[in-house]
Amino acid sequence: MNRARRFLLGCTSALMLSVAAGSVPAFSQESTDPIKLTLHDWTGQLITTHIMGEVLKKGGYNVDYVQADYLAQFAGLETGDLDVAMEMWETTGRDAMDAATATGKVENFGPTGMKAKEEWWYPEYMKEKCPGLPNWEALKDEKCAEAFSTAETAPKGRYLGGPVTWGGFDDERVEALGLPFEVVHAGTDAALFAELESAYQRKAPIMLWIYAPHWAPSKYKGEWVEFPQYTKECYTDPAWGSNPDALYDCGKPFGEIWKVGWVGVKDKWPGAYKAIKAFTLDNDEMGQMITKVDLEGKSVDDVVAEWMGKNEARWSDWIKK
Amino acid sequence: MESSRRISIIGWAVALTAFVLLWKFGEPVAKWAFDYPKAWIIPAARWISNALKWLLNDATFGLFTFTQLTRFIAAVVDVPYRAALSLLSTGLLSGQGSSAIQLLPPLSWISVIAIVGMIGHYAGGWRLALFAAGCFLFLAIFGQWNSAMVTLASILVAAPIGVIGGLLLGLAAYRWAQFEKALMPLLDLMQTIPVFAYLVPILFLFGFGPTAAIVATVIYAMPPMTRITILALRGVPSEVQELGHMIGCTRRQMTWRVMVPSARDSLMVGVNQVIMLSLNMVIIASMIGAGGLGFDVLAALRRLDIGAGLLAGLAIVALAVALDRLSQAMALKMGDFHADTGNKSFIARYPYLFVALLVIVATAVLGLAIPAIQTYPQTMTIASGTAIGRAVEWINVNYFDTLEAIKNTMLLNVLVPFKRFLGGLPWLGVTGLLAYAGWRLGGLRLALLVAVLAFLIAATGQWEKAMITVYLCGVSVVIAALIGIPIGIVSAERKQLWRVVQAIIDTLQTLPSFVYLMPAVMLFRVGDFTAMLAVVAYAIAPAIRYTALGLQKVEPRLIEAGRAMGCTKWQLLTKIKLKLALPDIMLGINQTIMFALSMLVITALVGTRDLGQEVYIALTKADTGRGLVAGLAVAFIAIIADRLIAAGAARTKIRLGLQ
Repeated sequence: MNRARRFLLGCTSALMLSVAAGSVPAFSQESTDPIKLTLHDWTGQLITTHIMGEVLKKGGYNVDYVQADYLAQFAGLETGDLDVAMEMWETTGRDAMDAATATGKVENFGPTGMKAKEEWWYPEYMKEKCPGLPNWEALKDEKCAEAFSTAETAPKGRYLGGPVTWGGFDDERVEALGLPFEVVHAGTDAALFAELESAYQRKAPIMLWIYAPHWAPSKYKGEWVEFPQYTKECYTDPAWGSNPDALYDCGKPFGEIWKVGWVGVKDKWPGAYKAIKAFTLDNDEMGQMITKVDLEGKSVDDVVAEWMGKNEARWSDWIKK
Repeated sequence: MESSRRISIIGWAVALTAFVLLWKFGEPVAKWAFDYPKAWIIPAARWISNALKWLLNDATFGLFTFTQLTRFIAAVVDVPYRAALSLLSTGLLSGQGSSAIQLLPPLSWISVIAIVGMIGHYAGGWRLALFAAGCFLFLAIFGQWNSAMVTLASILVAAPIGVIGGLLLGLAAYRWAQFEKALMPLLDLMQTIPVFAYLVPILFLFGFGPTAAIVATVIYAMPPMTRITILALRGVPSEVQELGHMIGCTRRQMTWRVMVPSARDSLMVGVNQVIMLSLNMVIIASMIGAGGLGFDVLAALRRLDIGAGLLAGLAIVALAVALDRLSQAMALKMGDFHADTGNKSFIARYPYLFVALLVIVATAVLGLAIPAIQTYPQTMTIASGTAIGRAVEWINVNYFDTLEAIKNTMLLNVLVPFKRFLGGLPWLGVTGLLAYAGWRLGGLRLALLVAVLAFLIAATGQWEKAMITVYLCGVSVVIAALIGIPIGIVSAERKQLWRVVQAIIDTLQTLPSFVYLMPAVMLFRVGDFTAMLAVVAYAIAPAIRYTALGLQKVEPRLIEAGRAMGCTKWQLLTKIKLKLALPDIMLGINQTIMFALSMLVITALVGTRDLGQEVYIALTKADTGRGLVAGLAVAFIAIIADRLIAAGAARTKIRLGLQ
């Protein structure tokens, strides 16, 4: 009798203790090890990751940020040294992501809700020299193409594509659409924007690969070229589109931006796993936040805190049980 | 003598004629000699990938697996790293991640600067003290403190491991000739395979994070230490060794009490190289979780903040220079120690340690009341890098056309023709010609080595990219030598000028090339020319350094003799000094080639299509086999160049009667 009573008392006090300790709704069955989120070297990703991290902290989780290379990180995600990568772009990371998920050790946590827009882009002042833009057919005009040329490519126009590793089928696109352009590949995205900055300062001609969400479309005035809209058939069936014998006679697809992570997250932190899966943002929100950081000089932490303050209803829904 | 010379000329003429005949008329007859047939390609990439898969998943020593072993090593390395990091950056923490609680603060910025200054004072007097403290103060004033301390923590772990590991390997190689034979090719590979090529397996084996970065750093930075150790031990005068034997030293005493201390001066050159090379790795280390200054450089350039990137880059230089000068002075100091520790008090015996402890405790306590003493106040930092961005903009707007004209002339007249020329050469002919050169310079063994390596490049399907690599590096090396050797000659005998030049080349060697690569892209667009500029900027340092050192080493007796014979200044330089310094200059060119090859991966970032790009693409596709095959091809080019030049230098030495 006495013993049973003492046991009961023990139970209640333990229960009370755990309630007191968990002033936040802690998931007591979950690991208290830090969830390691990876940080890369562009602002948008830092914002996305910090928002996720802050939300998880509110949910009572232990969070750690690790600086990692965008592609090298998969080695860490496969072994569980790293747990979550918040932005894996369909367009630039697909190969590495597929290779990693094929091992069964990395899981795709679903889309972030943001879509990568990628296309040929030109500064606004180029419209004078090539008035038919943004319609892509204007580029077929030799004079217009020449306006985009440099000494090395003349009389053809020069198009600065992304790094070879990004794919994008621009060489094929130029061929299929019969554009008098030469494709030059930048080695990194930093080099891409260095050229844009240089040309923009001099109001010099440039046509290049720009993607969003990014600070560039808000800093520089310009437009994306409007190619025939992408469909799946365009990339798989030569008969589709204006050139009956070639693939890629259309624009680039909108790519999802995925969340990926170590496959063990689901079992180790089930609640966090749900929260990560539930996380979504949209392009406009992200574009505004990137602009605040990169062009207005605010810190990532301040911008994230501001978002957290404004969107409490949204994120508290993600960490609900 | 005369007749052997004639034979050699005839031999070369025959070889070159055969080569030209094959090149000009061989294509229709033997197409396979130009483009290596796809069907014959050795699938080395697949083999390597499979071997690595086995190593990662199945390799076992019975009691534990290979991966467990490497993970254990990582855990061991992690201990001193955590200690250094808590001391310098995070403070003593309990728990992990965001729930960690700081028990003790890290060393305050004042105490770190004070300690550095005191080490400087101990080792080299007030001048060095002020210099070292000044370097660290620069970090604080320009807002780089936190990142710099993270970087410093990993260097403080990586450099000693590199030095001690390199020393031990060198000792072992000195003692056992067989071991040396096995080690030498391995050292070549460690130094010349681009880090990106083996980054992925390292991450799997050692885990993602600072420890993997430290392992990669050690692999890259250790070989010079081993090489220098072997050379230094060989250079210990035989009198010293005999004395050691005479007084009855045991083998261990002989090593540690006689050999290593006598070789100390040369060994310190190795220490210097380890520190410099470790700091070179800061950028790549930051990509795999080491954080610190390297991350700041990358992030700044991603948002095209050239000023901020340069500032973080200069912080790396400041760290490198301070550590280098301190370690040099310490080495000199250790030579003349006095053993007069009588019955003095603790304070009198260890005055520096006492003051250091006092500063640490005092600033820690005061720091609790006044935060500015603990962490450098942000309001007092000068974070303006915008001036640099504006300067680049000004040049860009006003001088772009001029620069463009220079670039186009260079491209059309030098780069493009040379690229076409190399691209059209038959691999069979080039391999044969290299083998012939190897045979003439170093005999049959060298010929065989060179031929096999060149053949392997072709046989793994890398020939075309290898030729682009040779073209880019070749042009850059020639330009670096044309600029660097005259600078070395001019500054060798002018002490003031040499000091300035030395500061510049130290900066060029440690400033991450990314920092000047992006402004270069703004002014010259992406492409080979920009890549070439970056390679030249980095590879010019050894061309200058070795030329100057070689000239400074020339015996004054010989110069006096020349003067007595009535040589003019020009004759003195060309007939005596340069001739005697030639072996050193050759070594400098050898190092210039090595430096140029090690820049390849960086030039891939501005869109070149060489082996560096291949390594980079393989990294992005997580294709280890492909990356290592391309990396090995780079290493083979380096080894071929190195061996041929070394053999040539040895022959010159013999001809000049220097050996």
